[in-house]
Amino acid sequence: MGEIKLMKGNEALAEAMIRAGCDAYFGYPITPQSEVLEYLSKDATQRTGMVVLQAESEVAAINMIYGAAGSGRRVMTTSSSPGISLMQEGLSYIASAELPCVLANVVRGGPGLGTIQPSQADYFQAVKGGGHGDYRLIVLAPSSVQEMVDFVRLSFDLAEKYRNPVMILADGAIGQMMEKVELFDQMPRKTEFPDWATTGKPKDKERRYITSLHIQPEKMEEINKHLQAKYKQIEDAEVRYEAFNLEDAEYILTGYGLGARICRKAMDILREKGYKVGLIRPITLFPFPKKVYESVAGKVKGILDVEMNAGQMVEDVKLSVCGKTRVEYYGRMGGMIPSPEEIVENFEKLFIKGEA
Amino acid sequence: MSNNIETAKFRPEICTDENLVYRKPSTLLPEPFHYCPGCGHSTVHKIFMEVIEEMGIENETIGVAPVGCSVFAYHYMGVDMQQAAHGRACAVATGIKRVQPDKYVFSYQGDGDLAAIGTGETIHAANRGENILVIFINNGIYGMTSGQMAPTTLEGMVSTTSPHGRDVKTQGYPLKISELLAPLPGVAYITRQSVHKPANVRKAKKALRQALEYQKKGLGFCLVEIVSNCPSNWRMTPAQANQYIEEKMLAFYKLGDIKVPEVK
Amino acid sequence: MTQEALFAGFGGQGVLSMGQILAYAGMIEGKEVCWMPSYGPEMRGGTANCITIVSDSSISSPIISMYDTVVALNQPSVDKFESRVKKGGNLIYDSANILNPPTRTDINIIPVQGSEEAIKLQNTKVLNMVMLGAFLKKTNCVAVENIHKALEKVFERYQKLIPLNIKALEVGMSYVK
Repeated sequence: MGEIKLMKGNEALAEAMIRAGCDAYFGYPITPQSEVLEYLSKDATQRTGMVVLQAESEVAAINMIYGAAGSGRRVMTTSSSPGISLMQEGLSYIASAELPCVLANVVRGGPGLGTIQPSQADYFQAVKGGGHGDYRLIVLAPSSVQEMVDFVRLSFDLAEKYRNPVMILADGAIGQMMEKVELFDQMPRKTEFPDWATTGKPKDKERRYITSLHIQPEKMEEINKHLQAKYKQIEDAEVRYEAFNLEDAEYILTGYGLGARICRKAMDILREKGYKVGLIRPITLFPFPKKVYESVAGKVKGILDVEMNAGQMVEDVKLSVCGKTRVEYYGRMGGMIPSPEEIVENFEKLFIKGEA
Repeated sequence: MSNNIETAKFRPEICTDENLVYRKPSTLLPEPFHYCPGCGHSTVHKIFMEVIEEMGIENETIGVAPVGCSVFAYHYMGVDMQQAAHGRACAVATGIKRVQPDKYVFSYQGDGDLAAIGTGETIHAANRGENILVIFINNGIYGMTSGQMAPTTLEGMVSTTSPHGRDVKTQGYPLKISELLAPLPGVAYITRQSVHKPANVRKAKKALRQALEYQKKGLGFCLVEIVSNCPSNWRMTPAQANQYIEEKMLAFYKLGDIKVPEVK
Repeated sequence: MTQEALFAGFGGQGVLSMGQILAYAGMIEGKEVCWMPSYGPEMRGGTANCITIVSDSSISSPIISMYDTVVALNQPSVDKFESRVKKGGNLIYDSANILNPPTRTDINIIPVQGSEEAIKLQNTKVLNMVMLGAFLKKTNCVAVENIHKALEKVFERYQKLIPLNIKALEVGMSYVK
């Protein structure tokens, strides 16, 4: 068993980054995730020799990530919504050049400068693209401080396996709350780097270059086809989700991240009230766990999607059930968090009392 | 392109070491330049690759290409390279250098890339004293997008977005980025050179070598500005363009060292 | 057993650290714990609160709207959270600091002269420990010795403060029979 600690989500994420043998972190302060850079600034470099650099902006940070990732290193950045928006151009380049890297978005309420309170309003940005061009991030949604730790290591593995950027889509509450975590042991930093990395031209081989520019549309289409094939492969192999009480479920609650935790409590309350309610919690938002929704489509009486936004993931849920089951949405926006009681009330209003 | 090799194949009797008068550096890839006739980029590419060859560091050098005419620098320079987003070359170079401090790292940027959209990255890389070389090609115009005004466009100079000549009252003044950066303590070496005459080419090459020697010593941020031309978008012949450099550009952008490391 | 508690007061009264010390103690005891602060500018002088959940089983929602116990250190917190105590739950408040006491009859209302006791202990900063003492005695949700261990952790660099904090805990406990 690893070391057990009581940690804030942001600090746990930073600790996991150090332990995962991360080579470099480039970031810029923004609430509610500044603890990451603060934590790393204490002694990460002394502990593992990793680079920790406060960039002049999120724009600079993501491009430093590009350079270091292109050098074949394990690299990571973190930010919160407005900062992640600034990184979108860089992410598009990184996705196109197929550079592995990990970023975490500790989401706050928007749009605009918004609020520093927790939100899930960046689902579309994370899952559907965000930057320009046809590309995908692998998106993982932690719902506990433990998963802030576990998903860092998983993200590095996935990023390197697929040469693709991976985003940990958390929210302000998970970043700020403290829970018991089990930490994995310190992993060594890499000493060997992939063939494609720009580490200096090998003596007996051609020079390498990293680019996302392919002026000929025929070539650019080839690149796109290659990327799409890779995303398909990711969809086939990397779907992760949790499901509870599907066996006898007549209704399904669904949500991700913090929302899924709140739904679990709501499910317990509803079951006490005698309703047969199950829960589906996507862990990977891309690839989206379509099949588990397909498996309940047409069998359950209704699905209530709960989000801390205006209803974003609900579109993917609807696409997955393809009209075979009624799908409703309930959520709060702008940094407000729905309580389990609110979910129960809205569930009853929508599905039991038929006030929809 | 590769004419040395071809000639050697057919006329081996004259391709001997004693007869050698010119050889393309091995670090310059056998690829025809896409640059316009008379453009300074080709010259700078060549002399910089000569420096890399002479120093024997092609296996330990990583370059960053910008967005602009030299976006394809990696097609010509025979070293590992990364292509950066517009203006971000100094940030990308920072990322590379921080994880590979024992390697030589350079960026190659035009005036739009370095002094307009990328000013922030440039100033902060300089201010952190990033131990990198920035090669800054200043031709006072946006070449790749066909001749729009650049931050370095001279007062009164005609471009497609200053068709009546740059009006400094509404369009701002030409920016001397080298003089702006020089006072920063992180900056080790800044010099302004040109490649419009053979003697200047030799000096520019010396400056590039000097900057890499400073990088080897870990002195900090070095920038070699090269005042260059753009015959196509200046709407001039190559000869006229070089004349314009001599008369107009150099009158405003004075050649010479702007900052040199203190001798210890 | 699960204890879902809310600690609320002015920023600077130590409400966030009360919850943290409880969470530490719960972890030391091998329980599941979750500490969720209100965060942001309100931490600096405005009202602050934190939800702390200690449970024998895994914790589902860290966000709840009804609490087993509310510990309120100022009037706005009493006003805001009195209605959020579950029926049969506890409202522990600093009676030395409040003009309008809570009025519900379906919950246990426990006044503690927290601010007064802290002044008597010659350190107003231990108000939170006085209140935590009352909370512990009332809820028994973690063992006092584990709070002591948690204090050692929290006051890693200020070990000399521990005896005073333990004394404050004991004073608070004496308010609950």
